[in-house]
This record gives sequence, C-alpha cells and structure tokens, in this order.
Amino acid sequence: MNKFIALMLLCFSLLATSTFAAIDDLTFTSPEAEVRYHQLIDEMRCPMCLNANLSGSDAPIAADLRAEIFKQIQEGRTNPEIIEFMRARYGDFIMYRPPLNRGTVLLWFGPGALLLAGFFILRRMLAAAHAAPATEKLSTEEMQQLNSILDDSKD
Amino acid sequence: MQISGRAKLFVPVVIFLSMLALLLFGLGRDPNLVPSALVNRPLPEFTKPDLFDASATVSSTQLRGGIFVVNVWATWCPPCHAEHPYLVEISERETDITFVGVNYKDDADAARAFLQERGNPFKFSLTDLDGSLGIDLGVAGAPETFIVDSTGTIVYRHVGMIDNKVWATIFAPLIAKIQ
Repeated sequence: MNKFIALMLLCFSLLATSTFAAIDDLTFTSPEAEVRYHQLIDEMRCPMCLNANLSGSDAPIAADLRAEIFKQIQEGRTNPEIIEFMRARYGDFIMYRPPLNRGTVLLWFGPGALLLAGFFILRRMLAAAHAAPATEKLSTEEMQQLNSILDDSKD
Repeated sequence: MQISGRAKLFVPVVIFLSMLALLLFGLGRDPNLVPSALVNRPLPEFTKPDLFDASATVSSTQLRGGIFVVNVWATWCPPCHAEHPYLVEISERETDITFVGVNYKDDADAARAFLQERGNPFKFSLTDLDGSLGIDLGVAGAPETFIVDSTGTIVYRHVGMIDNKVWATIFAPLIAKIQ
C-alpha cells in the first residue's frame, strides 16, 4: 500500500514539473502568425528577470510584452518592425542574440579567436617537439652509470 | 616575435591575471542595472487620464519648460510604499522641480486613497491602467523614476526606490547639471 502511495506521489510530482510558466489563451488569425508569435517571445528576453525569455517568464511585464507582440502581429506588423519597437524601448537587452556592433565584436568573435590562438600555440609546440632530436644516445660512461644504478636497485 | 625562454613562463600568468581582473570587474557590477534605451531620447508622447479627475487628461505636451521627475509607482509595489515619504519630503524641498506620478497598472481608488492619506508629491498624476505608457517608457516594473530636462529629453532612468541618499548622490548632481 505504501508503495502504491509513493508511486502516486511520484506521478503527481512529474505532472507538476511539466506545467509551463506562461500559457496565454490566444486566437491567431493564421497558423503563420502563431509561429511568428512563438518565435518572437522565445527570442526576446524578459526585461525584469535577466535570464528568462518572454515565453518562460511569469513577470507581469513579460505578460504585457507578450500581449503587445500578439497585438502587433494581429495588426499585421512584420517581425523587424516589432523587434525595432521593442529595441527602441528596452534596448539591445531585449534580444537574447546581441546585434553585431563595435561593443559586441569581442563577444561574437572572442571565443573563436581564443580557440584559433589555442590551435596555433598547440601546432607550434608540436612542431617544436618534432624538430628536436627525439633520442640522444648515452655515452659509454653514462651507460655504465645507468647499469650500476639498475644493479643496485635489484639488491 | 621571439620571447626568451624565461619570459615565456610568465605569459600564462599574465593571461590568468588579466582574466581575473576582468571577472572581478564583472562581479562588482549590478546585473539589474540594465542600460536604458530611452536616455537622451525625448519623453514618449502620451495622453492619459488624470488620476484625480477621470474626465481630464494629462499629456506629454504639458510636461515642457522645466525639469520634471517622472515617478512610476503603484500601491501594489512595496518599494513604492517605502520611497513615498522621501518623495513627499524631497518634493516639498525642491520646489523648482515638477514631480509627475505615473500610477502604473493600479487600482485608481486605492491610488487616490494612498496619496490622500500619505501626502501627494505629484503636481501631475496620471493613470496607466494597461501599462502601455510603461512599455513606451521601457519600464520593467515599479518603482522607476525618470529625469526629464526642459527640452523634454530623458536624462536619466532610475530603477528601484529613491531615498535621501539616492537623491543626494545621483539625482541632485544630475539636476544641478541641467538646470
């Protein structure tokens, strides 16, 4: 019996985690409009929560912005127009994907440049290791010394 | 480029230290301070119902020729309650500045009662019931406060509450500069 209750509790807990943060009941004019709506709210960041997109946020402002995007899609505005509207009010912060400009060059190309530099250094190190003579023969004297050490350790 | 053997040993150390400096710098910054897109831009145009007289409106054209402090507030917002006494006190002291209250997504009756009971720092009070002015102002929540100069340009956006220290260290110097 206890096992059964435990199993039921487990099932309920699974149900609870599968509920989404924000579900708005909306009726779209076309399936394309719905796709665009979800694209936009996934791409845009909630201005209040730092690391949640509009679709995943429960903040009141996120709900307002989702409603605004829905309204503008219904009015026939294009994606670039809607993005420009949001960016004029909330800045580049609203976009999860930062635009490429002078301030973000390092952000966009920094990791790639570091990776290339790493490869370059690795290549040079390997080349240097290759160029160096791999084995150096021991002199007769050194050979005798080595043998005596090995002999000593055997005892 | 040839670096001598000994100097080469310090290259990783230098890289590590500069990385450390960068990360420490980042650690000291407040991630909530999102740069505002509206600073140095004109105050958005609006016409909104007056909080105290639903038949009248307050419009952006009335906010010209002088320095305005536009405070976005609501009775449902605890920091707004906390900053209210400071706003009352500062507005009584700084008579050159016009304080404007944007009652953001609030119950108008509760807002009127709040101001009547605790003092009204605002010369203009308007209601933004649907939060559309909030979106035009790039507001993420309440309280937020904007300084608008005599040309109608937004000079500064403050996120969070205002108290005497915030006023003295941020608002007063900025206002002195544009006066």
